[in-house]
Amino acid sequence: MIKACQAMVECLKAEGVKVVFGYPGAAICPFYDKLSDSGIRHILVRHEANGGHAASGYARMTGKPAVCIATSGPGALNLLTAIATAYADSIPLICITGQVNSDQIGRDVFQEADITGAAEPFVKHSYLVKNAQELPRIFKEAFYIAGTGRPGPVLIDVPMDIQNTLIDFSYPEKADIRSYKPAGKGNYAQIKRVMNAIFEAKRPLICVGGGVFASNARDEITRLSEVMQIPAITTMMGISVFSTDNPLFFGMLGMHGVKCANVAVKECDLLFLVGARVGDRAVRTPLSLEGSAKIIHIDIDPAEIGKNMNADLPLVGDAKLVLQQMLELAKPMEHKEWLERLNGLVAKPTFPEPKEGTIEPRKFLSQLSDAMPENTTVVADVGQNQIWTATAYKMRKGRFLTSGGMGTMGYAIPAAVGAKLADPDGTVLAVCGDGSFQMSLAELATAVQHGVDIKVVVMTNHYLGMVREVQQNAYHNRLTAVSLEGSPDFLTIAKAYGLPCMRVTCQQEAQQAIERLSHESGSFFVECIVDELAATI
Amino acid sequence: MNSVNKDTMYCKRKFIKGCYNYSVKKKECQSSMKHTISVLVENHAGVLSRISGLFSRRGFNIDSLAVGVTDDPSVSRVTIIVEGNEYTVEQVEKQLNKLIDVIKVKTLEQKEFLARELILIKISVSAEKRAEIMTIAEITGAEIVDLSMTTMTLQLADTYPHIQRFEEIIRPYGIIEEVRTGTIAIQKGSEIITIKK
Repeated sequence: MIKACQAMVECLKAEGVKVVFGYPGAAICPFYDKLSDSGIRHILVRHEANGGHAASGYARMTGKPAVCIATSGPGALNLLTAIATAYADSIPLICITGQVNSDQIGRDVFQEADITGAAEPFVKHSYLVKNAQELPRIFKEAFYIAGTGRPGPVLIDVPMDIQNTLIDFSYPEKADIRSYKPAGKGNYAQIKRVMNAIFEAKRPLICVGGGVFASNARDEITRLSEVMQIPAITTMMGISVFSTDNPLFFGMLGMHGVKCANVAVKECDLLFLVGARVGDRAVRTPLSLEGSAKIIHIDIDPAEIGKNMNADLPLVGDAKLVLQQMLELAKPMEHKEWLERLNGLVAKPTFPEPKEGTIEPRKFLSQLSDAMPENTTVVADVGQNQIWTATAYKMRKGRFLTSGGMGTMGYAIPAAVGAKLADPDGTVLAVCGDGSFQMSLAELATAVQHGVDIKVVVMTNHYLGMVREVQQNAYHNRLTAVSLEGSPDFLTIAKAYGLPCMRVTCQQEAQQAIERLSHESGSFFVECIVDELAATI
Repeated sequence: MNSVNKDTMYCKRKFIKGCYNYSVKKKECQSSMKHTISVLVENHAGVLSRISGLFSRRGFNIDSLAVGVTDDPSVSRVTIIVEGNEYTVEQVEKQLNKLIDVIKVKTLEQKEFLARELILIKISVSAEKRAEIMTIAEITGAEIVDLSMTTMTLQLADTYPHIQRFEEIIRPYGIIEEVRTGTIAIQKGSEIITIKK
């Protein structure tokens, strides 16, 4: 017999968990006590939401569920934003929260919140543990549910008395859930139909989303595109599936995407969607495509097919397995005219001359990407900085991470910390705006405390730039509550955390900053001063 | 996965102040109608709130919802009547299927199932009027299940339209309380909805 809180730690060990992110409190103390000498590394964040985002960065790099922990009530509630952010981007998380004693639930005691109720719309599944003996099964199921099928967050809420109950511990070998059978291979007959449609198409186009990363199908889709000479574009979540060096890659589509990708979507006669849910920011008018192009939609989640756009050839399955099946049937093709047409649309980026004392953010990011290691992980925050990074930073072998679905500001710094912990030898770069940076700057302490080296670039334009742009365009230029006047001196902040840092206000300084970001080891902090009214695109 | 109905949506495109907006609208010609969905779920706490939460957050309208345990005590059956077009019903089915606690979902074919609802209705009746009520009960198939000096309680299990009709007939006698279950349904013939072992 062991205590349930000890069993929880044993469950994590059995799942191979090495690092967890969290913030303790009274209701989760029994578990923390056992975590203390377990060999599992605990990263203390400075806000629970950031614990969730850090776990998200970690999970995206490892491809496995990552663990975040919070206490009952306010701790768990702070975690909600991170849970919803992970849900929107299909990131596998195991969220463990403490809960008040079972017999006190429902009495509004100190730090009590119905977190399973509150999180219900944003979790793949959740558990409020009522019987300590069920904990091992619940943990096994939680990891299985979070990491398979369409990944997502799973919440386990454990009352304090349950954590202290003695149980017989044995960890189940596998989870058997009669109502949960995630899709695997695709239907063979449908795959043949899909291949025939591709063979017949004159202007086929591949569009990939985050699902390609979720199923680890980067190689398969790149090979299919190469063998069949099909041009490819991505959604924001799909950025970095294809290297920007790839001659078949034509950039990101959507509201903030590049012209050539958007024209490609309009002109193609066959659109082949892989792990992309056709969100409103990706395809402005998904349904207008229905007439003009044949649509093939591969997704592991049947509910995504036909939700935003009808597919002529829906194909439910795991992208990796389906693409492998397709590769077996693939034969070399040529689409010279079509590729010429698209290549003709590729515009060499031109950057406006920046005002005195400022730099052009896209030019900076573009030059930075030339200097940084090829496999750098880039974490873009949310706002103008996100679009600048998505469109100007040339991703090659590294991963691009951002909060694509939920657009949660403050994601970059904690997610970068998580990503770096998952890939300690790699370089991780976080790009923020001055708004989003101030939402999670406290996490610099997390990085310092745990010796996590990250490169941080903050684009300062003294505005919540993207909202300001909306107000300029749609609200008669009445700027309301978007000025960030009163912000502190960020270099003083960086210095206070003991980080080497510099400010960039001209091209010469930009070169120095790029040199130091790309060549110095350890953390480095750069603030770029950007024109107050710089445009997103 | 069968091909999804091609006519379930159409698109509207607008250009507003520098940014495109689009909206998905139900095809106008496709009329909204009632659909009966039978759902087998794990019989444990919290399942019903997951289902009702799903309906409200996805904007589906529930007309009626009834839950009860099945012959297998670990499984409950939820019968839901939802109003909407084909697109809505397809989404309801798919989204319900995504809930881990949902074991099986089936939309019952129109006219291929039997549906029943139960009503308990208490009316205020003086001794002279009792015979009249008993005649109505006999004709409609209702039972008189309780009697007091001043009231009578009737019970009827029937289809929704018949229950509505019955209620209309009884109303003039003075309804003082009415209790109804949601509709439950079962397929006709040998068809069943069951869990594969």
